[in-house]
Amino acid sequence: MGDKKHPTKKSKKLKTVQVKTILLNRNVFEGNDKYAQKLREELHSKGVFLVNVMSSPGAGKTTTLVKLINNLSTTFNVGVMEADIDDDVDAQLIAKKTGAKSIQLHTGGMCHMDAEMTRQGLEEFGVDDLDIIFIENVGNLVCPAEFDTGAHLDIMILSVPEGDDKPLKYPLVFEKSKVVIINKIDTINYFNFDLDRCKQNILMRNKTAQIFPISAKSGDGVDALTKHFMKLIKTFKNQDKISEN
Amino acid sequence: MHELGIVMKVVDEVEQVAKENNVQKVTNLRLEVGEVSSIVPDLFKDCFEWAKKRTDYLKECDLELIILEGVSYCRSCEKTYKTTEYAKVCPYCGSHDTYLITGNEVNIKDIQVV
Repeated sequence: MGDKKHPTKKSKKLKTVQVKTILLNRNVFEGNDKYAQKLREELHSKGVFLVNVMSSPGAGKTTTLVKLINNLSTTFNVGVMEADIDDDVDAQLIAKKTGAKSIQLHTGGMCHMDAEMTRQGLEEFGVDDLDIIFIENVGNLVCPAEFDTGAHLDIMILSVPEGDDKPLKYPLVFEKSKVVIINKIDTINYFNFDLDRCKQNILMRNKTAQIFPISAKSGDGVDALTKHFMKLIKTFKNQDKISEN
Repeated sequence: MHELGIVMKVVDEVEQVAKENNVQKVTNLRLEVGEVSSIVPDLFKDCFEWAKKRTDYLKECDLELIILEGVSYCRSCEKTYKTTEYAKVCPYCGSHDTYLITGNEVNIKDIQVV
């Protein structure tokens, strides 16, 4: 009698699994932000001004850059990093039309560039002989604005056919861009695009944005844009320390 | 796909933590997501389900999203208000001089490991 045991008591040893919680409270973008800041400081110490160019596909990034680079390259050594999901049409076009040093990066399906991808591209590229490098980010108004590339200046190109309401619909990219170019201004009569309303919408997102209406095709407004960039590059070179972007 | 890039960042980061802590696997991940962070929770979850299969430690990990409310502050009247209802314009005084205090976060809060 006494040696009868309750079945559950003669159980085999249960394996105990210890669940542990690891507290992280970590901002997902923080790693990239720190990495970006380091890259910004390194480039500044080499005197290289990095500009991140954002826009939708087809807004005229490449055409605008060709015009701007041709003007800037009389005074400065300019480089271009083209980021696309695939192909190298943009890098070839830039190289052919401006003679500027250019490299094509493939983001491998990703919709944006981050600081690590930028660094890899720059290492491959070699930056020491350059004064200014443009990153032509993937054509997209959402993700590129969320990931700091390590650039000293973020700019965006909005084109007339896209509509004057884009600053309302995609606020972040306008908040981040210190320079906003309104391209294809030569087509304004064919679209329901109100330039003043567009400027107001941009300034509502970003009070200090510098706005340049241009036509990259005809060249209208490109001189004013060039002058602004000349000034920005000179200011950058004379700066002792750079702030966070 | 916009969410995928962020999922990959989260997954990489958690994999790294799991490796550093010599754990067997990660069973649960809690992520704080701001209401106006431009992340769509359902899409984010779908991307996570796809991405976790390709990891060493997160294959059986459940994802829990904690949504944080978007709150903006008005510099003119010094009040706070709900961002998703009134966006950039202060509902109390009509000022445009406002900024977001919370609601843009993507934070890895904690993970459960065995």
